[in-house]
Amino acid sequence: MTMLASSAPRLTAIPLSTTDRIASAVIDGLWGTLVGALGELTGIGVLGLPFMQRAYLAAICVAVIGPLVGSFLVHREMAMIGDTLAHSAFAGVAAGLFVNTVFAVTVPPLLAALVVAAVAAVAVQTLIDYAGTYRDASLAIVLTGSFAVGSVLITATDGGIAVGINAYLFGSLATVSRANAALLVALTLVVVTAVAVAYRPLLYTTFDEVGARAAGLPVARYNRLLAVLTAVVVVGAMQIMGVILVAGMLVVPVAATTPVTGFKRSLLAAVAVGQLATIGGVTLAYQYDVAAGGTIILVAITTYLAVTIGSRLRHRRVAGDTSAEN
Amino acid sequence: MAVLTAENVTFAYAETPVVDGVSLTVEAGAFLGLVGPNGSGKSTLLELLIGLRRPDSGTVELFGESATSFDDGERIGYVPQDVATANGEMPVTVAEAVRMGRYPHRWYGRFDDADRAAITDALDRVGIADLADRRVGRLSGGQRQRVFIARALAAGADLLALDEPTVGVDADSREAFYDLLHELNDEGLTIILIEHDIGVVTTHASEIACLNRELFFHGDPETFVETDALADAYGGSQHVIAHDH
Repeated sequence: MTMLASSAPRLTAIPLSTTDRIASAVIDGLWGTLVGALGELTGIGVLGLPFMQRAYLAAICVAVIGPLVGSFLVHREMAMIGDTLAHSAFAGVAAGLFVNTVFAVTVPPLLAALVVAAVAAVAVQTLIDYAGTYRDASLAIVLTGSFAVGSVLITATDGGIAVGINAYLFGSLATVSRANAALLVALTLVVVTAVAVAYRPLLYTTFDEVGARAAGLPVARYNRLLAVLTAVVVVGAMQIMGVILVAGMLVVPVAATTPVTGFKRSLLAAVAVGQLATIGGVTLAYQYDVAAGGTIILVAITTYLAVTIGSRLRHRRVAGDTSAEN
Repeated sequence: MAVLTAENVTFAYAETPVVDGVSLTVEAGAFLGLVGPNGSGKSTLLELLIGLRRPDSGTVELFGESATSFDDGERIGYVPQDVATANGEMPVTVAEAVRMGRYPHRWYGRFDDADRAAITDALDRVGIADLADRRVGRLSGGQRQRVFIARALAAGADLLALDEPTVGVDADSREAFYDLLHELNDEGLTIILIEHDIGVVTTHASEIACLNRELFFHGDPETFVETDALADAYGGSQHVIAHDH
């Protein structure tokens, strides 16, 4: 526990007594007791470990919000915006750590990441809307620009913060501190509520943007909302997924469930595939002591391949049956 | 009553003027065919007329309000240009797409009986009730057009704006589609339609507007075919698509 706390000390260091107590009650009290009891019931020992309890909680949250927001991105052909915002979140983490080291003030790196990624999200959307730049060029500019800022900031402190940055780059189960888990739960509630409230505008805009404008919808506003939600998801999921792999949770489960007919059904199916990938990935990562983010993505891609090949074969058989009837 | 009034509307992309000094009135119940050569500004004019673009100068009024600040979105049904040919991998079903017609009435909250009835009626009216659970992206071009018409009907639109809706649709479906538009127009729906096929549009529309940056003609189809407006707009040398019916 001491070892774990030291790997992500800055958030826990903020004196937020009431928030801390709520986080402790929810994460340790409610969730910990629940999962611990489940562990005893099933005899799965790993469920009794507090840091694994938090890792599973994070896994579940990530697999809800990633595919939820990703469903709207993928069908607008904006799958790569997640990757861009993850890299800008990385710049935010670097900026947070830099400020902490140089000015000796306490800025939680994840908060810095959230702010920078949200600003980058609005910047990307504005570039796309007004600058007339190609969409993927806009994304590439913001992606590399952010990563450039991050890498410069890291090296500007003589490598002092390079150690801390590693956990954010590749993700880690151990970085999910109690405070980070509480933050992720809060972000999940925000994202789920926002998507539930804005579901119809987001769906209409994704399906037919011009039609949505003709129907009187302020489309630009909802595009910015979606970009900011993406930033929130990326920052929330970054802890276990890592900057480089976080975009996968926005895209792979959605791609896997595109054969499902009906947008709402495919969205729910994507969340289910996400759960399979994250819970399976976290378990395997712990079992074999390998990177959680990478394992999660590999499970997700395996599912994607299985579903895609399966649905192709099924279509071929259906097509074969129909032609045999005629 | 005028559904739509454009006065001296001008619009340019950067330095290139696309629509120049167009004045046009569309009365309720009209079936207006908008024709003109490629690149003549038809699509831009249609977008200006329904408030998707702001004119550089001049005014457009929709149902008596400024088109750019018009917010009764449900009164306008818009069928985009590439609807029949766009590759739709998005898993939206026909029912989901038609439900979108009710969204401008209810962006949040549960649909009530009136909403559900409007959706069912719209699906029945255009004859796609049996396709309700199919994916829009897996339908033929002709079926997809009907989905978008049904969406407009579910909205209770008073004005239907279609941008070259029959591109990529086979001849039989196209005839059936124009028959449907005819019926809807007879029932009181105002229609503005961009169509590159002059023969089709002069057969079906009740009035023609011929555009090549400027408005060359606006009147009934019979007069249109007798005047030189077509040749003037097309510059005389361009190949004109026309059919005998």
